[in-house]
Amino acid sequence: MYSEKVMDHFQNPRNVGEIEDANAVGQVGNAKCGDIMKMYMKIEDGIIKDCKFKTFGCGAAIATSSMATELVKGKTIEEARQLTNKAVMEALDGLPTAKIHCSVLAEEAIEAALADYHERQGLPFEPKKHCDGCCGNCEH
Amino acid sequence: MEQFVYLDNSATTPVKPEVLEAMLPYLKAEFGNPSSIYKKAAAAEMAVAEGRRQVAAALGADPSEIFFTACGTEADNWAIKGAALANQAKGKHIITSQIEHHAVLHTAAYLEKHGFSVTYLPVDEQGIVSPDALRDAIREDTILISIMMANNEIGTVEPIRELASIAAEKKILFHTDAVQAVGSIPVDVKELGVDLLSLSAHKFGGPKGVGALYIKKGTKIDTFMHGGAQERNRRGGTENVAGIAGLGKAITLATQNIEEKRERITALREKLIAGIMETIPHARLNGHRTERLPGNVNFCFQYIEGEALLLRLDAKGIAASSGSACTSGSLDPSHVLLALGLPHEIAHGSLRLSIGEQNTEAEIDYVLSVLPDIVKILRAMSPIYPG
Repeated sequence: MYSEKVMDHFQNPRNVGEIEDANAVGQVGNAKCGDIMKMYMKIEDGIIKDCKFKTFGCGAAIATSSMATELVKGKTIEEARQLTNKAVMEALDGLPTAKIHCSVLAEEAIEAALADYHERQGLPFEPKKHCDGCCGNCEH
Repeated sequence: MEQFVYLDNSATTPVKPEVLEAMLPYLKAEFGNPSSIYKKAAAAEMAVAEGRRQVAAALGADPSEIFFTACGTEADNWAIKGAALANQAKGKHIITSQIEHHAVLHTAAYLEKHGFSVTYLPVDEQGIVSPDALRDAIREDTILISIMMANNEIGTVEPIRELASIAAEKKILFHTDAVQAVGSIPVDVKELGVDLLSLSAHKFGGPKGVGALYIKKGTKIDTFMHGGAQERNRRGGTENVAGIAGLGKAITLATQNIEEKRERITALREKLIAGIMETIPHARLNGHRTERLPGNVNFCFQYIEGEALLLRLDAKGIAASSGSACTSGSLDPSHVLLALGLPHEIAHGSLRLSIGEQNTEAEIDYVLSVLPDIVKILRAMSPIYPG
């Protein structure tokens, strides 16, 4: 059902935990649906120096959280905001159709943490435009 | 050493070697069609008759009351649709429960689309259908009541004798889905007082692809599978001869020492339940404390999700199942756990360990040695775990 990469990130998740002096924290999902992701970041000079997560959810939810933290660590805020759920999925060698929403949640968790950072810094934050993927101008 | 502990016996069971032996002749030399007239087919015809006799003996029924089907789901479909259609002149109301298997629930929902009305009785927090609630739900136009004998997820055993006697009093047909019960606890159709009863071979050491429906003599029920004259004109289709031979052998083996087996499996269950309660905080046992299948253990572990738990157990060589939404492909967790009144977030963290004849005490010890750590690891990862 799951790729080897998904199983690896599920069994040996990278960057699990909290960052005590995080300056960006975002949480998405809800317990009723069975998925909650919480992202912690330490951002310095516009660069994500550290990123950790805590997740309540299925194997795919844990694996996508783990992969998302790996993909944004060391990146600039702008680069991290380019991260799509598709990129997370590709990095994991794919996900079963029923689990695609887990990768969307991972993208949203990163976005929520970055929104929190901007709010704390008193900086403007333009939320990502939600698209239905029909224009063909982006990777969605 | 690669450990493998199979604790999903409610999903299916391994075919017993004696059962396979009983089946093989009909997959090899004795390939005849039981309906054929020549000598070559006699062995097949006799195998079907013997299977019917064995199933009848195990249930306290007459062989003429046993009809073979392709599975438990077909038996449930036949019982409910067949009884509903044959008796619709009397009324179009059916009563069942909220915790039935989908083979019953989806069949009832189908009938609702075709002009029948269905009452889905609630259960208490341990999963018991109340006889008083059944009494209150009966209407002038009630023609069928279908309540499962034992629940597949939480193992609760329903008071079928009492429920069936209420139905008999009101002259309403009573069906029970006994797929989880047969081979696990004593099942006697006369003692229970049921009109229709479904069973499935692969739940008690038989092969997949064969089940049976008990139809009490005189019960008004339509044919479900139209075709040839097989099963006394009531269920067309060439018999699954090897499967029927396997079913007969399996039900004989599973019921002959049932008290001794029940005692042994119940002891393993109690050890597992006690061990989990002792070592894992925030664990809730689902189902009835005593009125439950000997091999059923079902827990909710708060703050974690069931599929993640199953994958971690699988990595340790333990096969189990969960009522979590993530394993069913739907967004909602098990309808059974929700019917007990559990909130979604707790129902997502369920684990069912179902013990079978082949399991040993050493295997239970092994589960108890790895499960607490798995729960601990997942909770440490969970943002909702208070610590």
